[in-house]
Amino acid sequence: MLNQVYRLVSPRQIETQTVNENLGTDDIIVRPTYLSVCHADQRYFTGQRPPQVLSKKLPMALIHEAIGTVVRDPQGIFKVGDTVAMIPDTPFEKDPIIRENYLPTTKFRSSGYDGFMQEYVYLRRDRAVKVPDDFNLEMSAFLEMVSVGVRALMQLKETMDADDQSLGIWGDGNLGYITAVLAKSIFPDTKLYIFGRHQEKLAYFSFADETYVVDSIPDDLTISQAIECTGGAGSAIAIDQIINHIKPMGTAILMGVTEEPVDINTRDVLAKGLILQGTSRSGREDFEKAIEILSASPEAQSYLQNLIGITKTVTTIPEIIDFFDMDLANSWGKAVMHWKV
Amino acid sequence: MIYAQILAGGKGTRMGNVKMPKQFLSLADKPILIHTVEKFVLENRFDAILVVCPSDWVSHTQTLIDRYIADERVKVVVGGSERNETLMKGIEYIQDNFGLNDDDIVVTHDAVRPFITERIISDNIEAALKNKAVDTVIPAIDTIVQGENEEVEDIPVRDKMYQGQTPQSFNIKALMSAYNQLTEDQKAILSDSAKICLLAGEKVKMVRGESFNFKITTPYDLKMANALVEIGE
Repeated sequence: MLNQVYRLVSPRQIETQTVNENLGTDDIIVRPTYLSVCHADQRYFTGQRPPQVLSKKLPMALIHEAIGTVVRDPQGIFKVGDTVAMIPDTPFEKDPIIRENYLPTTKFRSSGYDGFMQEYVYLRRDRAVKVPDDFNLEMSAFLEMVSVGVRALMQLKETMDADDQSLGIWGDGNLGYITAVLAKSIFPDTKLYIFGRHQEKLAYFSFADETYVVDSIPDDLTISQAIECTGGAGSAIAIDQIINHIKPMGTAILMGVTEEPVDINTRDVLAKGLILQGTSRSGREDFEKAIEILSASPEAQSYLQNLIGITKTVTTIPEIIDFFDMDLANSWGKAVMHWKV
Repeated sequence: MIYAQILAGGKGTRMGNVKMPKQFLSLADKPILIHTVEKFVLENRFDAILVVCPSDWVSHTQTLIDRYIADERVKVVVGGSERNETLMKGIEYIQDNFGLNDDDIVVTHDAVRPFITERIISDNIEAALKNKAVDTVIPAIDTIVQGENEEVEDIPVRDKMYQGQTPQSFNIKALMSAYNQLTEDQKAILSDSAKICLLAGEKVKMVRGESFNFKITTPYDLKMANALVEIGE
């Protein structure tokens, strides 16, 4: 079939490309419906990635957070009309130790491979996860980011020592908020502290036990475990504060993406016996776990619905570009496009 | 009920010396017609999808449909000698095989416009459910000049000029009523189905097309179409 793929060809310039697609025996066809913009998409859209990265990866369709409607399943396992979350990573091998999202051979959409800004997505069937009928569709658009939060918390659970008294999350943005909402479900008895730069954003974390603006953290505050969700220029300060406030032998999960290398106070990492562990992306089991957690907690669903920042129906390429610009000017929440292009 | 009608009645006279009608020529390793039908079968709201073709090409068309399209909704129907007769042959088939209800609509599309998108089909269905007739258009880029005998008669304001594409979609009963009001001469010369409704005094709603939803008519068009398509992984 002749499919239209909407690709970023250079910063702020999107063009359509016709791609002749063939349905493989393991594929289904999905019509994308709700697409959520990630900071990683914005770094391509605005041209903040290094020029050599841009020239290697573009042209490329953006967006790796999306749901859609199944329009064709040759095996009849999915029903036509089913809403599915689309998993952006596509693994090509199985490893007994390395998870699918860390395998170097795995292709990741909107990072070297076409993302979900397409007329139809030809999707390997194991890359689709059914979304329950009662889920809010705009919230479901960013289930991928929820699954990334799940992955971080699962890794923390596997790695950390027995001290689950308190968890500190650095970052008051989208990822910090999602991870904090999930932490309440995964670690219900653990005190949850949020550290952020913006008092107005910290106000959204009403479910946390305490929130702190990062320039006024009490010196004597200690936390058992930590998650860093800042990224960018904020990463260095956040990692330093975590090292200062975390108890000996604590685990810090690093999630924020930085373009530049970050200095780390290794003297204290060594002295305290800390574990710093990176996480990135997620796999199928994290999507399934995310849906399981949200299905069991209408409260978590309602908190995540508070994260729906801006929404708009887009039907043309200029409207897509306007939407990315609107997202850049928006201070809180996820930007979700109702995809009718 | 919602029907699609793919008009594959063309004989390919503008394509030069090729013997095969243009809808059967190959684009990205598949007949153009098949690319078009593939897009329509992904729309779940269609109750039946008719492919209306010249009588000599029915067997060939049926063979292609059987080979490439696994969808029971697709029916091959014999067309007429010119465009509007072909259109009405499809309507007759619907009437004879499914019956007609007041709110039944048909989305008609040229077989040789394979770059049709989900959005255009969906907009046509939604507009046809609310209006008697729907035309797919794009704003004219070139200035349109009206003339006769090598002389310019008029240069209409470009902002009001559009280029007509397909789909053209209709409430079926309204289309039949409008068609029956035409004289035999009008039936013979009308090259545009939306005009049938205009002549009968019906309003025709415009839906936005796409510049790439062009009609493959000449060898140049076919070359351009092949150049536009990237082969998927």
